[in-house]
Amino acid sequence: MQKINVGKKILSANEQYALNNSKLLAERKVLCLNMISSPGSGKTTILTRTINELKGKINIGVIEGDIQTDFDAQRIRATEAPVVQINTEGACHLSAAQVASALENLPVDGLDLIFIENVGNLVCPSAFELGENGKIVVLSVAEGDDKPAKYPVIFAKSKVLLINKIDLLQTKGQVDFDIERVKTDARKLNKAIEIFPISAKTGESMTTWYDWLLNSARQTSCTSKR
Amino acid sequence: MHEMMVAQNLLEKISEEATKQNAKPISAKISCGQLYAINDEALCFAFQAIAKGTTCESVELQIEHKPIQARCKNCDLDFDIEFSQPACPNCGGDNFELLPDAPLMLEEIEFQEE
Repeated sequence: MQKINVGKKILSANEQYALNNSKLLAERKVLCLNMISSPGSGKTTILTRTINELKGKINIGVIEGDIQTDFDAQRIRATEAPVVQINTEGACHLSAAQVASALENLPVDGLDLIFIENVGNLVCPSAFELGENGKIVVLSVAEGDDKPAKYPVIFAKSKVLLINKIDLLQTKGQVDFDIERVKTDARKLNKAIEIFPISAKTGESMTTWYDWLLNSARQTSCTSKR
Repeated sequence: MHEMMVAQNLLEKISEEATKQNAKPISAKISCGQLYAINDEALCFAFQAIAKGTTCESVELQIEHKPIQARCKNCDLDFDIEFSQPACPNCGGDNFELLPDAPLMLEEIEFQEE
């Protein structure tokens, strides 16, 4: 039996693309956020409202990842923000190579912030770095308040947790969801995580999220200035 | 099922080494950090499916999972973290930061004797 030591990173190809992406974004002083959630948590609605309400303050571009269709890109296009749709044809996450080619098709120089809307999935996308500055995890109240405990990895890795659809909590008994439990469980895994309960549908409590975004984009444009 | 992309990359890496050694690989040892959320069964299934008909088709995968480490900000201790009960084993505090996860590595390959 002949044995050899290899000691090579299995995902080195993805890591190289991610590194190139992050260099390109730093050179152009653009903040890039990778948005991850289950399907139907409201990622696209959060993006369209955010883009519309921050118009004139910040230029936002979007990379849309879906298994099929360009439905989400159409919704982003309606806001007039530049958007590139990636169809993964079955894959449950985006790869850094896909993001690299999407970046070639975005007017990066004119942008302050790029959102990558990953394929709806709470597990797989968290394993692949894309070259982003940070991950945003979205959890909608109808999904249940046990998700940080059940899917710890993405909550441990994210900079921000958006708890969406809080308008559903107004009618008592409609949805059982304990916001405090989610906050406690998420902070147990990740002390530094910022948590913003919002409703992208009604616009409730979106301001603190916007402030965080504007601040982070400002910091990125300053720190990476050469 | 992100294991499919991992399996594809793994197959490429093992095939490269097999070409270099000019030998048939029969097993491979890999290691991974827990944040990659690799399910052994899913990875082996994906690997078998794509390795079929290649020189790697009889490769058996041995997967070692490395624990996630955290550093306590109160007592500066590095410890293996349990997601079900995340706390410092020394002071019991929850003021810690996660340390970088162990990468997904192809550690070792065994080849058939001529």
